[in-house]
This record gives sequence, C-alpha cells and structure tokens, in this order.
Amino acid sequence: MPTSMTSPPRLGESGALIERHWQQLATQRMIYSLLAVGLLLAVVTGSLWFANETNSGKFFDRLPHFFDFVDDLLPRDGMEIWRALFDLPSPYDDGSFKYNYPEGRAYLTESLYLPEYFHKMIETLNIALTSTGIGLVFGFALSFLAAKNTMANAWIRSPVRRLMEVLRAFPEVVIAGFFLAILSLGPIPAVIAVSIHTIGALGKMFYEVIENADMKAEEGLRAVGANWFERMWFGLVPQVLPNFMSYFLLRLEINVRASTIIGAVGGGGIGELLRLSIGQGHEAKTLAIVLLLLLTIIAVDQFSAWLRRRLVGEQAFQTI
Amino acid sequence: MTILNAAEMEAVAARHPDILKRSPWQRFRTPIIALACVLYFVFAWYYFAVGKVVGGANWGIAGNYLADWVSYEIRPEIGISPDGAMQITYPRFDPIGPNPNPDWLNAKRETVTRTIEILAPAGSSSTTPKSGFNFMAPAPQQQTGSDTSNAAASARSETRSEEVVTEAVIEMGTSRTIDIRPGQVILKRGSETAVIDLDRVGGVVRIDGEMPAWLEQRLPGGRVIAYFGMSGWAEIGADRIRVRKRFLGWANFVFDTNSPFFGKSAGDVISLIASGERIDPQQSNLALAWNNILYNAEWQHLDVWTKLLQTVVMAFIGTLFAMFVAFPLSFIAARNIFRNRAANQVAKRFFDFLRSVDMLIWALFFTRAFGPGPLAGISAIFFTDTGTLGKLYSEALENIDEKQREGVRSVGAPPAVVQRYGVVPQVMPVFMSQALYFWESNTRSATIIGAVGAGGIGLKLWEAMRTNSDWENVAYMVLLILIVVFVFDGISNALRSRLMGSGRG
Repeated sequence: MPTSMTSPPRLGESGALIERHWQQLATQRMIYSLLAVGLLLAVVTGSLWFANETNSGKFFDRLPHFFDFVDDLLPRDGMEIWRALFDLPSPYDDGSFKYNYPEGRAYLTESLYLPEYFHKMIETLNIALTSTGIGLVFGFALSFLAAKNTMANAWIRSPVRRLMEVLRAFPEVVIAGFFLAILSLGPIPAVIAVSIHTIGALGKMFYEVIENADMKAEEGLRAVGANWFERMWFGLVPQVLPNFMSYFLLRLEINVRASTIIGAVGGGGIGELLRLSIGQGHEAKTLAIVLLLLLTIIAVDQFSAWLRRRLVGEQAFQTI
Repeated sequence: MTILNAAEMEAVAARHPDILKRSPWQRFRTPIIALACVLYFVFAWYYFAVGKVVGGANWGIAGNYLADWVSYEIRPEIGISPDGAMQITYPRFDPIGPNPNPDWLNAKRETVTRTIEILAPAGSSSTTPKSGFNFMAPAPQQQTGSDTSNAAASARSETRSEEVVTEAVIEMGTSRTIDIRPGQVILKRGSETAVIDLDRVGGVVRIDGEMPAWLEQRLPGGRVIAYFGMSGWAEIGADRIRVRKRFLGWANFVFDTNSPFFGKSAGDVISLIASGERIDPQQSNLALAWNNILYNAEWQHLDVWTKLLQTVVMAFIGTLFAMFVAFPLSFIAARNIFRNRAANQVAKRFFDFLRSVDMLIWALFFTRAFGPGPLAGISAIFFTDTGTLGKLYSEALENIDEKQREGVRSVGAPPAVVQRYGVVPQVMPVFMSQALYFWESNTRSATIIGAVGAGGIGLKLWEAMRTNSDWENVAYMVLLILIVVFVFDGISNALRSRLMGSGRG
C-alpha cells in the first residue's frame, strides 16, 4: 500500500463537521442494520420453532429416518419402472394392486393401447391447456376494461381490477372442492378452479402490458373517427399480442403444475395417481409417474421457452 | 388533397408489395388461429364430457351450499302423535342451543289428558320415510322423552295428564307463516294461502284447492314441500313436519352453545366480564370468555388461526431459505461470474431439476419423511423455489453491467470484494423484489399443497369441504386467506416498488 495512507490529513473546521456527521450516519445505519438482522433472526427462529412444534413429526427426531422413505421408493429392479410406465406385465405380479400394471391400459384399438399414466398425463395437459385458454379469452376481454389508457372511466376500471384480484387470490382448492361437491369427481372441477385463477392472473399481466403500450396508433385511429372496438382491435391488439402470447405460454407452464396439484386433491389426472401410489407405497408406479411428470414439465417448459423466444425475443426472459 | 389515379396506385402497390400483397399465411393467420382455438374448445367439451357432467350435476345443492356460506338453518321438527298432540324437537347440533325457545315459533300449549300407547323405541322414528333432503342435516335426534323411553313395554297404554303443543305457528319472514295444527297445515306466502290436510291414519297429505307454484308434491298423497325462498322451506308429511328456517349470518361465531356466555347480548357479556361474578371459580370471566372463543367447537378459532399461521410461516421460511441457498449458487451458475462451463451447467441443471420436480411431488415426499405438518410444506417450497429463484438470479447476474465490476477490479480489489461491490449492489434490488414476489405467491400455493398433507390451512379447508355441511367454516377460512393474501400483496408491492425505485433512482 502507498505510504500516503498512513496518516489522515488534518481537516479544517467544516471538514471535521462533515466527518463527524458522516460518522454519526454510519453508526445510525449500522444500528438499524443490526436491529433488522436481529428482528429477522428472531422471526425466523420463532417461525421454525412454531413449525417444528406443530408438525406431527419433530425435525430432529425424523432426521435420522429421513432417507427411510428413499428405501421405500426403490423398486425390486430397475426395469419395474419401465414396466409401470408402459403398462407391461410384471414378473412379480401376485394379483395385488401393486404390480397390476396392464390393468390401467386404455385401448385405442384391439391391440394398440395407451399406457395409463400417459393417458392421465394427457388429461392433465388438457386440463392445463383448456383452462389457460379460458383464462386467455376472459383475461383478454377484462384487461381492456382494466387498463388506464383504454378505459378512462374509473367506475368500470377499478371494479374490474378488484374482481381480478379476488379471482387471483381465491384459493383454488376451495373452488375445486365446491365443484367437486356438485359435479362429482372428474377433471371439470379442476378446469374451473385453474381457469378462475388464470383469468385473474392473466388479466393482471395483460393490463400491465396494455398500459405500457404505445398509444400513437390508437390516437391515429381516434383521429379518423374509429370507435372504441376498432381502436382497440386495430390500434392496440397487434402491438400487445406477442406479449400476451408470451404470458399465455408462461401461464401454461404454471398451469401444468397447478393442474397436477389440483389433481392430487381430487381433480383427476396424473396428480391423483401420484398421491395414491405414494400413499400406498407402490414404489415402481411412483417412480414411473415422477419420471413422466419430470419429462413432461421439462418438455412443456422448453417448448414454451422456444415459442416465447420466437414471439418476443429476449424480452420474454427479462426479470419481473 | 391529391387524388391518385389508377396508374399511381399501382405504382405505390408495386413499391410496397410486402404490405399490400401478403402471403396467405399472413392474411389468414388470425382466423386460422381463432378457428384452431374454437376447435380445441369443442374437442375439450367432448373430451371432458362437459355436457354430460353439467347436465347430471345436482344444481339444487349448489344453491344450498352457496347459501350455507353466509347463512345457517335452524331445523325444528314437529311430530304429531296419533292423538293429535305435537312435539317440537331440534336436532342435537342445531345452532340454537340446548333450551330453544325461539320467538319466531309460536306454540300453543294446553294441558290435556292423553292415553298414550307406549311403543317400542324403534317405533315412529324408523318408520318415517327418510327425507330426500337429509344431506344437509345430521340424522334427526329423537328427543321425545317419556313417550318412547320404556323399551320393555311394547304395547301397553297409559292415561295421564300433561302439557302438549296443540298448535304451532312458525313465522318464515314477513307475511310468510306456517300454521301447524294436528290435522291441517295452513301455509301463507304473501297473498297466497294453501291449506294442506293431513290424514295421519292413512298417511296421506292432501292439498286443498289450487296448488301454488311454491308447493311441490312429487307423489299424489305423498309429502309436500313448501318453498319460502331464502327464508327456508318446509317438508310436510302426514305425521311429521320438518321446517328449515334460514338465517343470514354465521351462527354462534363467538360463543358456541356450550359456553355460559351463549345467547347473551354483547352488553351483557361485557358487563359480565367487567363486573360479574365469576362463572367458573377457577378463572376470571375474561379468561373464561377468551377460552370459550378460542375453543369454540363449531368454529375452532384457535385451530384455524394456528393453521393459517402455519401457512404464512411455510411461505415465509421456505422462500427465505430458498433465497439464501439460491444466492450463492446463482453466482456459480452465472456464465460471466464463475468462469467454468462445467460448474455453470451443473448448477443450472440442478436448478432445472429442483424446479421441474413439481412442488406437489416434493410436498408428497416430505410429508412421508417428516409426517404431515408445516415442515413438509417448508421443505417443498424451499426445494421448488431454490430452483426457480436460482434460475432467475443467475439470469439476472448474466445481464449485469460489467463496467462496475471492471471499475472495482481495476483498483486492485480481491475477487470476493469485486462481487460484493461490483455486482451485489446492482442485482440486490432485483433479487429482493423477486424473493418478495415469490413470498407472496407462495402464500397462495402453500394453501393448496396443504391440502395434500403438507400442513397449513389447506388440509383444514379440505376437511371442512368434504363433509359438505360446514360451508360457513370454509367461507370463514377463505375470508382469512383472502385478507392475508391481500395484506402480503400490499406489503410485498410496497417493498418492491421502494426497492426498485431506489435501485433505479
């Protein structure tokens, strides 16, 4: 280090004042930081204690047995996973539920069949796609009523926004449960639940896109006397559509996961099978479903990322 | 204004062929996509058999379930003995309390001498045809006391004098009444009146005169159902009249029927707490009241609040820990920071793996490992979000401005300091903002993974819904969840806009 740093230069009167003030501010800031960290630590400790206390198994009691369930998940041989996945007969078949892989086959023709898990996975994907589609249609319509630059009337705008907030925050599991009680078991309650959430979520993203849109095209249309629908359709829609599509695809990724989870609470599809097979300890079936889910989710994510990149370029991957 | 002639128009068209003569795909893109969407929806309609399911659904229940969210029913049941004496009973868990004497049910009591044929206890209650509307009510409890209590004597008669109900008038709202007499029920709804004759011996119910639209009799001579709109309905059988009177609000929300404070007005309760004598000598009235509120048997306030807190804690701790773990890992995953392709790829694929194994799968696994409870939920959120946040963080790191790092490096700072002063100040607002966003969205997803056993309010919600009779509890929990989500939404938005604002300014 250079020697000039060894002794600080003498400060004048005003310099000393600034120096003192700086010291004061630095101390203050340090105290606040320490307080914040202390508070955070206290909250975290309290939360962890609370979580541990209210859990049915205690963390440190369970930790030595943590990997027991991994042992439970190992099938008798590696090929079992593939047999479970493709519904091939198992050599261990003893008539029990655990090895009855061929029973779930959905026959398309006499000899050609769709394995059970693929069949259910397609159902889950369809739930996701349908509900994202419904969300797109309604979110699209609502977003034009919620954006500041397309709807000047605050009496329409703010109820629409509140509606979307409620749709977004309303617990999906309640909607699914309610419609399960009315419509009985099946994928439709899941579609309704996911759709309602999607309408709120997409609507919000859409109206933010609209508010950031360039209004010059709309202004031009207004100047030649276009009505509201014409201004929206020819002035704004071409501009925002790529972004809308990008958000639609993003939602599709999220909804594939969401419909799996809804499935696990009774909404049909692969989620239900996963919950059952984990609960009953059917290791090969569980691993087959996990594998299928993993591959599907990766495939959907990659496909959607590729499409989004084509639609809006790198902008689609900017941070929130 | 100039007007173009045909030649000029063609010249303009020739200059801009890409605008005026577009390829068929460009021209018909929108209708094709719209048609594909419509076709897909048609396919989905058949794939999910929407028509069949919606047609076969029990929409009648839907209205009742929805009404249950914000209202409750009281279900008096009036039985008519063969000699014309009536008994008014309530199901055991009716929200009306142990000693019901509601002012909307006007019973005329007379002391009469009765000859009672004592039946075996199996008697009247089991021969009564079961109501098709029983899904709402717990099985009616027979509390007919002395009439049927003696099991040994199966068919002996006894004469005694006792007070019985000879007429009951139930008010179902303004100008809507049910007047029940031993042989006759007179129903009034607005200006319309219906008289229904009850033939107890033949078990036949007859409607006198015209049948108004709000009455329904499915079988001739069978039970009549009278609808009074939102104020309830009544089912009239030959010797049994079941009334469902609906009240707006949540019954016994503060004190349940077992509490000594039940049925008292707010002023009474306050004065009891402030200056009343101790009801329970062990504790003060305030402590007793608070205890009664917390352990309200129908609403289970303490349990609900604990579960809600679990959900909040799951989201908070899960996201916080995910942030702590994702933070250092994202530096390894970022191409421009950690210059080792293999390490970048390993870290990124690790994030992808954590993200792609769904939160549901993690939740189910950890529920098996830790047992049901918030630890499973925390772990599930932690693992999923480490992947998601790690991916977002490493992308943010790869987009940073290199100049600041260069500047710090050029004055000879060691690598750790370069990251601390050259990188962290740039990305910290983005990191925090994303963590806050995920904290808020995880509060929502924590509800749903709770339903598969990962702790929190989800399971409680799910259990309340499964019985189909506790929709008011569902409404209460939904309301609490909405409040929590909105509050967190506000906090997170405020913090984020402050962070992003200070980051930009």
